[in-house]
Amino acid sequence: MYPQTRTFFPGYIKTGIFGYRFADSKNIVSMVEENEVPPRKVDETIARYGVEKVHRVETPRGVEYFLYRFRNFRLIRYLLNWGRMASLFPAHITTACCSVEFAATHSPRYDPERFGWLPATGSLRQSDVLVVEGTVTSKMAQRLRLVYDQMPEPKWVMAMGACAISGGLYAKDSYNVIQGIDDILPVDVYVPGCPPNPSTFFQAILLLREKILYGRVA
Amino acid sequence: MTVTERKEIRKIEVYDVGEGALKISYGPQHPGTGHFRLIITVLGDTVLEAEPDPGFVHRGEEKLAEYKTWITNIPHLERPVILDSAGIQYPYVLAVEKLMGIEPPERAKYLRVIMAELQRIASHLYWFALYGVFLGNSTMFLWCFGDREYLVDLTSLIGGQRITHSYFEPGGVRNDMPSKVPQPLLKEFNRYYRMVMGNDLPADAEQLRKYITYVCECFDKRLDDYWDLFFNNELFISRTRNVGILKPEDAIKLGVVGTTLRASGIKFDNRLNNPYDVYSQLKFEIPVGERGDCYDRAIVGFKEMRESCKIISQAAEMMPDGPVKVKQHPINIRVPAGEAVARTEAARGEMMYYVRSEGGDKPYRVKISTPSFRLIPAIKYLLRGEEIANIPPIYWSLNYWPVEADR
Amino acid sequence: MSENVLTVVTELENKFGKALLEKAVDTRKLVKIVVEVDSLVAVARFLRDNYGLDHVKAVTGVDLSRLLKKEDKIEVIYHLGSYTRPELATADIALSTKLDRKSPRMPSLMDVWPSVEFHEREVYEMFGVVFEGHPDLRRLLLPEYWNDIPPMLKDYEPPGR
Repeated sequence: MYPQTRTFFPGYIKTGIFGYRFADSKNIVSMVEENEVPPRKVDETIARYGVEKVHRVETPRGVEYFLYRFRNFRLIRYLLNWGRMASLFPAHITTACCSVEFAATHSPRYDPERFGWLPATGSLRQSDVLVVEGTVTSKMAQRLRLVYDQMPEPKWVMAMGACAISGGLYAKDSYNVIQGIDDILPVDVYVPGCPPNPSTFFQAILLLREKILYGRVA
Repeated sequence: MTVTERKEIRKIEVYDVGEGALKISYGPQHPGTGHFRLIITVLGDTVLEAEPDPGFVHRGEEKLAEYKTWITNIPHLERPVILDSAGIQYPYVLAVEKLMGIEPPERAKYLRVIMAELQRIASHLYWFALYGVFLGNSTMFLWCFGDREYLVDLTSLIGGQRITHSYFEPGGVRNDMPSKVPQPLLKEFNRYYRMVMGNDLPADAEQLRKYITYVCECFDKRLDDYWDLFFNNELFISRTRNVGILKPEDAIKLGVVGTTLRASGIKFDNRLNNPYDVYSQLKFEIPVGERGDCYDRAIVGFKEMRESCKIISQAAEMMPDGPVKVKQHPINIRVPAGEAVARTEAARGEMMYYVRSEGGDKPYRVKISTPSFRLIPAIKYLLRGEEIANIPPIYWSLNYWPVEADR
Repeated sequence: MSENVLTVVTELENKFGKALLEKAVDTRKLVKIVVEVDSLVAVARFLRDNYGLDHVKAVTGVDLSRLLKKEDKIEVIYHLGSYTRPELATADIALSTKLDRKSPRMPSLMDVWPSVEFHEREVYEMFGVVFEGHPDLRRLLLPEYWNDIPPMLKDYEPPGR
């Protein structure tokens, strides 16, 4: 059933502490579809896209370009961003143990609802933020990308905990852990800690708000 | 991956299996579960077959343990259950002590008991918080997490970290607890104490030993409110009474553990039946259910929190002075060759370690048998023939924590 | 307490003298009985019916190939427990067997203890041990596209090492 090669991760999730960390988001999307994508070597894909261009944003053209410019007039942009920043709905996907502190952040002591951060809604179609709560294993990675693709634009990603940032405790010797989720998702805010203190996570919420308020509108 | 293999994966996401039955993937992204998937076959509203599909948080802890030294194993072995990290460190430490042939000092044993019981309460509170959310009682979430913070504060005062403290080590605990409580914490807790008990904290609450008993006393009183809000609530009772009944003979057959086992009427608790450390000297009771339904499971957990409060206050009073560890270990201790098994009662049930040493500075094999893994057959068995609406009450009544099951 | 366990061991020795390969009896650490693969089911049934060992706490696989005293074998250990007989609650009784590492096959104990279902599936994927007679021997924890050797074998080296 299985080929005899030692490539136990397919090309798009090639991990390893000394190897390159890399992902081709297009491949992961197409993996979900039916067509065949042969597993590629890391070097080949880097040669084609370059490491830093993995999550490249397409520049709008034609009418879309004018709309883009219009939305980015300073006042309009500020108003749009203000609206987006003030009500953030995290999607409910718990990937590992950081969800304990994620839930503790919503306790009355911290209460992020003051800042429009409302605890998990059921539907992904109503969510703005994807909080990756901890370790992402290779079994979860596909589903995580699926979840991300189902969320409507604009959307933001927070990497919570050391495992989501770099693999953390499992950066070495673990055969089933993705070494940092920036292999599969574009991350906006990194929250350090193992697990992060609720107040750390709270600061991350404030940082994300700041980032949204002063960022460009796509 | 070939096309056929990929189709194999896709096949489970969906579908029509004939005769009107559908196969549905329930999770891992689903508000009712979380890092866990059930593949359920439904006919109308009835679950014909539920097939648990764990492994979304499988991080290879057992393999990892073979590459790390005996002491550096402790921090990563507690990661599967960070909300009950004392529970998963405990048997590992006991097993290594058995191999090394050392006995921790008396004070360390009491400190371990205090820590384990504090985390048991914290873990149960987390359970009921989420149980409340999934049965539509969001107030329970806020109350549980609000009260949990005071217990977590106490844990961080003793162990130095909120939840991942790595407090236990072979031959004792890492550090002694401080004797005084810092003023800001005391002020914060005083507000809560006044709210619950109606009067200010006594003057001797500055002593940590006394402070622990006041926290327990206060929390025990607070549990009455929980009873009124949640456990004696008509909505809760109607959703859980006579739902998901697990008979005692089935419970034995499936080998379930913890509250699920005791709710079915079998009085088995390692603290009582297989006492370790100082549990044989403490007075406490093991709550047992009668019918084995979801309600009984919740009530057993609720009563356990009361018993844990009792244990903590007793231990805080009985704790002698003295050293807290046999000696300061070097980071690369060598453990004599042999194999040992240790079992303790963690928050979710019986936690078992099998540790094998070759005389080196690293374990040869570490096997973790977690309570959640042993609850998987119960999920499969209990959901068969139930309605879809009963999946959340049953799933959450088992207190199943997928991270722990997958390791 | 320890007498109960010792009687179990001695009676087992009397009944299955030849099938018993080794025993490691230390009531504090672990009481382990290693039996031949062929008589495993019979011993398991005997233990279940006569001593009330009614459930399995864990099924552990151990790859013995890197021990100081090398053996080219995989050991499968069943940790047994009893809910019905409280006097056996303090004992850690284990039933074990050793399999050839090239093609590890053994009969499943599903019929004796239904609680081993998921434990055996785990050992199957982590060590490649095939349990004959298991109704649903499939992958459990690893991802669907895993195409390497079973990870808990000592031959397997995790990435980054």
